[in-house]
Amino acid sequence: MSSATFRIWRGNADGGAFEDYTTDVSEGMVVLDAVHQIQAEKANDLAVRWNCKAGKCGSCSAEVNGNPKLMCMTRLNSLPLDQPVTIEPMQTFPLIRDLVTDVSWNYEVKKRIKQFAPREPDAPDGTWRVEQYDVERVQEFRKCIECFLCQDVCHVLRDHRLHDKFIGPRYFVYTAALEMHALDTADRTTDLANEHGVGYCNITKCCTKVCPEEITITDNAIIPLKERVVDQMYDPLTKMLRMFTS
Amino acid sequence: MTYESFEYDVLVIGAGGAGLRAAIEASSAGVSVGLVCKSLLGKAHTVMAEGGMAAALGNVDDRDDWKVHFADTMRGGQYLNSWRMAELHAQEAPTRARELEAWGAVFDRTKDGKILQRNFGGHKYPRLAHVGDRTGLEMIRTLQDHGIHQGFTVHMECTIIELQKNGDRVVGAFGYDREKGRFRLFTARAVVLASGGIGRAFKVTSNSWEYTGDGHALAYRAGAELMDMEFVQFHPTGMVWPPSVRGILVTEGVRGEGGVLRNSDGKRFMFEDIPDAYKSSTADDEEEGWKYTQGDKNSRRPPELLTRDHVARCIVREIKEGRGSPHGGVFLDIAWIKERLPNGAEHIKKKLPSMYHQFKQLAGIDITQEPMEVGPTTHYVMGGIRVDADTQMSTVSGLFAAGECAAGLHGANRLGGNSLSDLLVFGQRAGQYAAAFAKEQTTAAVNPDEVEAAARHALEPFDREGSDAEGPYQVQFDLQDLMQAQVGIVRSEGEIQKAIDGFPGLHQRANRVGVQGNREYNSGWHTALDLRNLLMVAEAVARSAILRTESRGAHFREDHLEKDAEQGKLNTVIRQGTTGEMEVVQETLAPIRDDLQQIIEDNK
Repeated sequence: MSSATFRIWRGNADGGAFEDYTTDVSEGMVVLDAVHQIQAEKANDLAVRWNCKAGKCGSCSAEVNGNPKLMCMTRLNSLPLDQPVTIEPMQTFPLIRDLVTDVSWNYEVKKRIKQFAPREPDAPDGTWRVEQYDVERVQEFRKCIECFLCQDVCHVLRDHRLHDKFIGPRYFVYTAALEMHALDTADRTTDLANEHGVGYCNITKCCTKVCPEEITITDNAIIPLKERVVDQMYDPLTKMLRMFTS
Repeated sequence: MTYESFEYDVLVIGAGGAGLRAAIEASSAGVSVGLVCKSLLGKAHTVMAEGGMAAALGNVDDRDDWKVHFADTMRGGQYLNSWRMAELHAQEAPTRARELEAWGAVFDRTKDGKILQRNFGGHKYPRLAHVGDRTGLEMIRTLQDHGIHQGFTVHMECTIIELQKNGDRVVGAFGYDREKGRFRLFTARAVVLASGGIGRAFKVTSNSWEYTGDGHALAYRAGAELMDMEFVQFHPTGMVWPPSVRGILVTEGVRGEGGVLRNSDGKRFMFEDIPDAYKSSTADDEEEGWKYTQGDKNSRRPPELLTRDHVARCIVREIKEGRGSPHGGVFLDIAWIKERLPNGAEHIKKKLPSMYHQFKQLAGIDITQEPMEVGPTTHYVMGGIRVDADTQMSTVSGLFAAGECAAGLHGANRLGGNSLSDLLVFGQRAGQYAAAFAKEQTTAAVNPDEVEAAARHALEPFDREGSDAEGPYQVQFDLQDLMQAQVGIVRSEGEIQKAIDGFPGLHQRANRVGVQGNREYNSGWHTALDLRNLLMVAEAVARSAILRTESRGAHFREDHLEKDAEQGKLNTVIRQGTTGEMEVVQETLAPIRDDLQQIIEDNK
């Protein structure tokens, strides 16, 4: 059994500081195990959000040595333990306390996106027929566990703080899942361009790099949505056609 | 003491599958609904469910219908189930599954474009609608994304510590928000508990921190009866290595896709012990078992897909008799199917993506190349709040319960896949009947003295800060160790008695626990407040377990190895006695309706 030092942010919206905790580490441990051990042994009131501890719920998002990570899926043997491991809360959202941030903005954003609106059922019993091929296209997006690490790392939110003009990678993935859903009939293109700010994304792919579910956010979700906007709203032929038909 | 007040027609406590479904249903009935959850919305334990949702849609095998599903559920539950709940569940699950699709769920498909269904333990036909091995996520996200447009109010990260009564009726709930630690009072004409299970009472568990038996304990303290708490399901396959991931679930879907269990001699030990009730429906050899997993309708299931209680005990036997894996489990091998399928490795990744990911990241193991090490983990409680089968009302007026915290559907053992369908079928019913009940009632006042007392009690741990007060975590760990050792998968009177003898000391320690810091998102404080609930459910499990002197379903007594026909007609009922002590009695099951008995006979 060896030990390692964890430099954990302690504090709330009024301020705070890093504090060092040294604890025993053993084979197979992840960062969340170390945080729990510190919480049980040295700092009972250490605030940390977690649920499943298996990478399925997306609760324990934090920045480990500066990298946005799920603490439950970050093994200690992937980190240099000869120096302190820094653990701090996500920077894009207001701090509640210690490692816990206020992510309620994300929940508000989702409500503003037009909900799923299926076409009429295909069969008299009220069911639909869909090819597996069509299903797989959106299943990638539906793997999202809403950990908000992509929101955390996106510079439009993190640095430019455009929370009121830009919905962020998570909600482009959400929109893409609806737009490419085989049964959906709603049109979200105008919203994407105007209210949801898809144009602010300049495709740096930071979101894709941090996604723990390995969703190809930029290439498979955001770029196709940008193309839809361009096709529908800025294509000169379509524009002319619309002038004549409207 | 100051607190914020909220008023709803229906208050739902818990936002997993059952709570969300109840809130959606109650809202659609035109009443005002509040939904309270301990975590963020969409993070509840439902998200962990992997294999699928059982519903007799008959999309893959048209011989399936609700009657076969009903008979399978009753057989799996060893006939201790509420037959009426099993009937409603089997009849209504298909509608609930299709409804999810109408709300945007994206299930895997059959070749003709219908919802695909897979094989699972104890289900005669392929019955589980699924999305790879992340069906729970699909379900909770669908309910969440649909629910946020239905007009109910969500109170995230809010914990209820006491129900409020007016006379005999539940009229509200009192709790605190985790963020600031401020108290909140909810008055409601009806309250639905959908708070999940009790897995945190054990050391090795697949359950998250939330599973502290809150709903069970709230209902019990409000005077409601609990039932069949001795039946705790130990899932046969949890991870065993490395130590920090011990207990994390390995889906039964691995075995459904052809995964096999082997001991250290390389032997498929499940073929050696097949219960009589399942002999005629189990494969004769490995070849037949393989064909079954690949959809051959003329083959019978491999013994790895026997019910969870049985598979878990066989694994324990192999380990105890020295044929286990290096880290105290057995081997679960899916990589072998590469011998049978040309693109086996890709097939495994496609069918079991989360399992591939989980083992790769947490254990450094590639499941397409080498076997996993697995062993039993505390997974689910069949027992819970005693409810009326049709309305889900508990034995206390105005208090409803649905999902894992309610008892009845699963009897002595739950079949895999019957949980997700349970959440939807009875979440919908609880929402419907709670709304109807609320419409008939007027809002009744809560007793301010009781609210004041609950608040004072909740703050006591802060008064004991420092000096010689013990922190909450060690008490929780000691309780988990005690339950794991004495009331686990194999039980005896002497061991269970040791647990019962240990509770008074743990109660005393829990009452003296002190916490540091202030009320802002204070995990120590939250853990201290949950202790009371954990201790209550642990005691209910132990006292029920000592009373049932037979082995049935998930309850296995090494000092009473056989089933006892007389006790097979008895439910265990738990209630708080007049002097505050726990009363545990056995009550006779209602006799089953003739037509349902006939369905059971027809499917034997």
